[in-house]
Amino acid sequence: MKRLLCRAAVLALSVCVGAQSAFGDVSLRIAYLRHERTHPPVLSNLSPIPDDLGIAGAELALKDSQTTGKFLGHSYELSVISVPPEGNVIPAALGVLAGSDLVLLDMPAPDVLAVADLPAAQAALLFNVTAPDDALRDTDCRGNLFHTLPSHAMRTDALMQFIMSKRWSDLALIQGAHPEDAAFAAALDRSAAKFGLKIGPRKTWTFDADMRRNAAQEVPLFTQDLGKYDLLLVADELGDFARYIPYNTWLPRPVAGSAALVPVAWDRVVEQWGAVQMQNRFHDQTGRDMHPEDYAAWAALRALAEAATRTGQSDPATLRSYLLSDAFQLAAFKGRPLSFRPWNGQLRQPIPLISGDAMVVQAPLPGFLHQRSELDTLGRDAPETTCKAFQ
Amino acid sequence: MKHCLLPLFLALCAAPAGAEEIWITNEKDNTISVIDVATLAVTRTIPTGERPRGITFSHDFSRVYICASDSDTVQVMDPTTGAVLHNLPSGEDPEQFVLHPNDRHLYIANEDDAITTVVDTETRQVIAQIDVGIEPEGMAVSPDGTIAITTSETTNMAHWIDTETRQIVANTLVDARPRHAEFAAHGTQLWVSAEIGGTVSVFDVASKAEKAKIHFKVKGVHPDRVQPVGFEFTADEKTAFVALGPSNHVAVVNAETFEVEEYILVGRRVWHMAFNADKSLLFTTNGVSGDVTVIDVASRKPMKTIKVGRFPWGAALRP
Repeated sequence: MKRLLCRAAVLALSVCVGAQSAFGDVSLRIAYLRHERTHPPVLSNLSPIPDDLGIAGAELALKDSQTTGKFLGHSYELSVISVPPEGNVIPAALGVLAGSDLVLLDMPAPDVLAVADLPAAQAALLFNVTAPDDALRDTDCRGNLFHTLPSHAMRTDALMQFIMSKRWSDLALIQGAHPEDAAFAAALDRSAAKFGLKIGPRKTWTFDADMRRNAAQEVPLFTQDLGKYDLLLVADELGDFARYIPYNTWLPRPVAGSAALVPVAWDRVVEQWGAVQMQNRFHDQTGRDMHPEDYAAWAALRALAEAATRTGQSDPATLRSYLLSDAFQLAAFKGRPLSFRPWNGQLRQPIPLISGDAMVVQAPLPGFLHQRSELDTLGRDAPETTCKAFQ
Repeated sequence: MKHCLLPLFLALCAAPAGAEEIWITNEKDNTISVIDVATLAVTRTIPTGERPRGITFSHDFSRVYICASDSDTVQVMDPTTGAVLHNLPSGEDPEQFVLHPNDRHLYIANEDDAITTVVDTETRQVIAQIDVGIEPEGMAVSPDGTIAITTSETTNMAHWIDTETRQIVANTLVDARPRHAEFAAHGTQLWVSAEIGGTVSVFDVASKAEKAKIHFKVKGVHPDRVQPVGFEFTADEKTAFVALGPSNHVAVVNAETFEVEEYILVGRRVWHMAFNADKSLLFTTNGVSGDVTVIDVASRKPMKTIKVGRFPWGAALRP
């Protein structure tokens, strides 16, 4: 009895403290659910896909958030569940949703939709951290699904702004044979139209030879009949052949898209705006460079933690409405605050255009104006969206 | 005889001991540029350790302390000769620091380690390390020396440290990416700038409650680009000058009403600043343009730009 009383007293005390500071005990249990993919073989061995891609970003954000949390009495937990390529993600998702209503999704778009449509997920808050598909932010959007990885459209809009600023009006395109390449190429077409450009001659990459040995012989011939152009776009989102195109084209022209000049969510060359500190923390933790998927997972978990810090709450509904409000600002090492688009749950963010060892420029570029936020010149804007789930 | 005295008199006047100087750390040049306040020209460039950022003088100005961030040390320099006398143990990646009113203890923010290190400059020993939030940067000590403040950029907090016990006694949330902290109004207020939040929060020190929040609006600049960083107060503490980073402006804030009265155009990515001795001139470090803007405090007009090294960061007065 005495013990019971003591416990009640402790409870009452903690309630008082909570009420006073509005930062009582808040505990966030976040899950990271991955459906592993089998990747088609690529020509080069130079860019292995890390085993902990995405996960490592969430782990860094967890550490960052736990540090903040310890000063406020907030706690954060992260559980990682990985389903093998041949496995079914739905039973795993049901298991995850039984224990956590805040879930980061690392899986292809069809899986993302299947999980988001589960009855058990309707009251949860999900973050797509690896699927760039535009449809997920548009016709296939879901009210319980946010996106921290930039869409294809955001990346290709960023590239087109740069192309516009350079006055490169004649564009040619080589695209790979994978669906991912077609999706990126389609986004390039839409972005070109958005900024009043048109992609002219185009070819599909069909080679099955080893380009590490004969790119210098084959690529000039392959690009000869593209005719005259200012810039050659390459859509090779799996990283197969694009790296062998620059300097091997028939005409001496710059290359952009999946190689040479690449619009990305994040890269090791981003070093301004305090980014070096995060890059160092990530490197210390993993021994490797931080990839776009790592950044997207980091941003998702940090956004949740920031919402919990500011609201002192952990329920998905409160966090969701705070994330969509004007009050939410995420400091994410890109030089300006990031926020979520209230019409489709996409994280607004600048897009660095990178080339080898340096960032060339970061979009939005000067001169691309917007009545609300210049960041909304990248990707599907409110008047264009067909997403109704956020209304 | 008369003819002999005049040159001697002139020589005495020009002697460096009597000349007022502003010392600027150049983050990407590993140097300090010394600006002569009388001529507004760079008179000396002094090599430092790697990536010099925070800079402050001892109370008698016989020593200058420099955060050499990438050398993981605080350098102690003789300002007359420019010679480094010794290094202080500082913890990793010291970015910014503040000298306690006792003229002896340095409170150092270790950006990569989420630690505030307290170093005794006489014994050259670390006397405390305090766990703070991620990426600590802004440092301040109250005029009575009882409270030290560390702000952490990713944790978005001001940590209040009791300088007796060297323990954190309170944590207050501020807007995103706090950069700089200063005590004001004779130590009764704490001001904290938030770079990404775009605000300066004013706290009442006694209650640690937020008293006011200052917002900025620069014509023709998107609010996202208006990023307050360093700031300084006039001698009467009635006016604050706030550097607004990539908006390339310094705001003039009425420190009694917390209203912004004016914006002054300076160089690119304005970061920190220092006054001359009578506080009639203000020197701002402009990181991207690699120069220092001199502002006439009375008229609130920029009067000169002085080229310094690459990425000027900190500024300190040597009277």
